[in-house]
Amino acid sequence: MATVELSFSALPVHVRTARLIVTAVARRSGVAEDILDEVRLAVGEACSRAVEAHRRHCPDEPVRLELNGAASRFEVVVSDTVPGDDAAGGLPSVAASDDDSGFALGDGAAELGLAVIAGLADDVEIESTPKGVQIRMSWPAEAPAQT
Amino acid sequence: MDLKVNDYTTDDGLTVINVEGEIDVYTAPKLREKLIDLVNKGKFHLLVDMEKVEFLDSTGLGVLVGGLKRVRAHDGSLELVCTQERILKIFRITGLTKVFGIHDSIADAQEKRKGAK
Repeated sequence: MATVELSFSALPVHVRTARLIVTAVARRSGVAEDILDEVRLAVGEACSRAVEAHRRHCPDEPVRLELNGAASRFEVVVSDTVPGDDAAGGLPSVAASDDDSGFALGDGAAELGLAVIAGLADDVEIESTPKGVQIRMSWPAEAPAQT
Repeated sequence: MDLKVNDYTTDDGLTVINVEGEIDVYTAPKLREKLIDLVNKGKFHLLVDMEKVEFLDSTGLGVLVGGLKRVRAHDGSLELVCTQERILKIFRITGLTKVFGIHDSIADAQEKRKGAK
């Protein structure tokens, strides 16, 4: 099993909790201090995307996170259960709903989020399947893990 | 940490929005509401001071972009004050440094605004 597994209900407030846990486990897994900010932000982006997707398609389903810090890399997998749109070759839309505010909360945020993940993670794989979308990210963990 | 959002308008008609805390998917609606409220009150020249922002994600970027679109519809402007490298990095990664005017200080933004008039 993963070093730490976490599932949380698809609410924006819990994304912050996920960020805190990921940062703590990354630090313990030997990720360098100057990379921790990038880990925190990239994982937060992946969780925000999953939460938005669940809120639109399956609000009762939890978002899952797996953190692996055993080898010389720290790997995070964020999984949602919103089926990917393989036919369209893309991810399920998580764009914010239309409202009368003139600009929606998500205004391009989903695309920006993926851009941020791609820019911050050392290695990224996005797998979109009929079961859901998995975003796998990893970073080097150079220092030996704390005991 | 929660998000604190306060604003004041300077003598030259620039509305400064001080933002303090974390801007993420949970707190971004508060900033969005503030921007909408200001635009509805006829404040179309906005300067968002991000010096006390501890965390910013793409939801926050989306709100800023949305605010920019809205003020531009009124020939207005939305610029930023930010010198924090970890926040600036997010703007660079997403290419938004080309979209937003980013200043070192409120005084710097006011100075450039005077020069542009």
